[in-house]
Amino acid sequence: MATINDYATQGWFARLRRMPPGNAGAAVSRSGKFPVWRWVILLIAGVYFLLPLYAAIRFAGVKAFGSVFTQPGFGSSLWVSIQIAAMTWAITMVLMVPTTIYVHLRLPAMRRFLESITILPIVIPPIVLTVGVLQVFPIQLKATMWLLGIEYVILAMPFAYRAIDAGLRSIDLKTLTEASSNLGGGWLTTMWRVVLPNLGTSLLSSTVLIVALCLGEFTMASLNLVTTFPVWIVQTDQLDANISVSASIIALVVTWLFLMLIVTIGSHRGRRTGAGEVNLFSTTPTTKTIGES
Amino acid sequence: MADTTELVTAPGSQTGPGAGRVSRRPARLPKPLRAVVRLAGIVPFAAYIIIGLFIPLIAVLIGAFQSSSTGAWTFSNIDIAAHGAYLKGFENSLELSLIASIIPGIFGLLIAYAIFTAKGRGSTALRQMVITASGVFANFGGVPLAFLFISSLASTALITGWLNNIGVNLYGHGFTLFDLFGVAVVYMYFQIPLMVLIILPALEGLRPAWREAAENLGARSWSYWRHVGGPVLMPSFLSCLMLLFGSALSAYATAAALTGGTIALVPIQIGNLLNGNVVAGQGNVGKALSLGLVLIISVVMVLYVMLQRRAAKWLR
Repeated sequence: MATINDYATQGWFARLRRMPPGNAGAAVSRSGKFPVWRWVILLIAGVYFLLPLYAAIRFAGVKAFGSVFTQPGFGSSLWVSIQIAAMTWAITMVLMVPTTIYVHLRLPAMRRFLESITILPIVIPPIVLTVGVLQVFPIQLKATMWLLGIEYVILAMPFAYRAIDAGLRSIDLKTLTEASSNLGGGWLTTMWRVVLPNLGTSLLSSTVLIVALCLGEFTMASLNLVTTFPVWIVQTDQLDANISVSASIIALVVTWLFLMLIVTIGSHRGRRTGAGEVNLFSTTPTTKTIGES
Repeated sequence: MADTTELVTAPGSQTGPGAGRVSRRPARLPKPLRAVVRLAGIVPFAAYIIIGLFIPLIAVLIGAFQSSSTGAWTFSNIDIAAHGAYLKGFENSLELSLIASIIPGIFGLLIAYAIFTAKGRGSTALRQMVITASGVFANFGGVPLAFLFISSLASTALITGWLNNIGVNLYGHGFTLFDLFGVAVVYMYFQIPLMVLIILPALEGLRPAWREAAENLGARSWSYWRHVGGPVLMPSFLSCLMLLFGSALSAYATAAALTGGTIALVPIQIGNLLNGNVVAGQGNVGKALSLGLVLIISVVMVLYVMLQRRAAKWLR
């Protein structure tokens, strides 16, 4: 049974309750005032987030954007970061996807605990973690990208776990796995052919979030003496600040465009299969019922 | 065969607490043993976290009690870390984190609410744009971020100039990008997106039905928030503030790039000590400072977990 509000968002009732923006008169107090408030907030946010970007682009000059790609070290440092991102991605997928699915199915009581554990890397100072890692990890790993790959899994966990968790919440995991095992599918078949295809969007989102992290993390990479993309940006900054800023803005925009593309494709697919709207960490089910828990 | 019978009986009890554990092993093992077997599934994850996160952390904390030169047990690192410039560092860091968690917390909540309740044409696109941008901006920081703000809000920069032209002299009013408040303004650039991302799941828990019920009982917007929405959301909001606080407290690269050490902040002091930039052989004072940070973070995280538990009463 859908709530009144769900009906209210579709069809004639919507038009009754929520007048089109053009003639949203004073008659409907809540809906009439609300858009103004919303636009003010979004406007302030837009100004706060876009103006510094604009100022930096102007300061750096458009020419700097062209010369980023020919700058010495750009290609090699980006390649290092991409390799680290690939490694981080592979470990995250192998480690986090089965664990999260398992917890959803067998240990639902552990979900909250897992949430608290995976949030830790956001609050633990990266500098402290780096010092500890350099102290305890075997010497062969030091100053190598392997160490970064291993540790970025930890740093990416708050984002990766939430993206996967959101994906799992948006599908009816229990029904899917039951159906699969009814049809004789084993644990592996169920995972590979039923659950994973349904997690497409959230796995892609977590992929891009991992890439965003690998293209932005500086503290650990620099202390571990690996010239990743962010470390190169800082080194270049001492030679030519304009180029380093252009490079980081390019990275920011490209990552965002990728993420946007993935989520858009994902939501189109979701609409087709009737899954909810998947947005990185959160899902909006298409139908909400009153009794749902 | 036992599996099949369970599968047949299960669908009827969809909403029951035990529903869905269809693929549960038949009761061959005694109960405590079964619990252990069930926990085995998260062993790889637990091992990874312990090796990659907890062991390095514990190693640092042990180092706080050892002399940098001899390795003998001592409290002198702690003593140094709790006095003078380092104590000032803690004060500054706490103040900075407080500003850089409360303001972005409130603003992030407003943005999240604005996009979450947006309806009609283009609202999905808006939501996706804001949320994906948040995912990217939350990972932005360091030198590039410092540059963004230096080129817009430094004393002779673009926006400062614009504001001057319309008669608002920022620096005349005591604003500077390079004090605690200025750094907080820069921190908001990744704190606000982080807030948007972490508060959204809580907003999803606010059932439309509650609002409808409140309105049917005659509640205006204000009374709905005063008596229903606010109290339900408050624990989640506070727990997200805890995370923002921890995130601001632990940020290193941005502060280092922006202030270059002109403001005493604990993460920067740790960095300097451990790089040997200050006095050689004081590395373990850095570990003692780390211990201080970790202690503060632990308090914050305990509060986070408690608030989350409280939030779970209504929001799932």
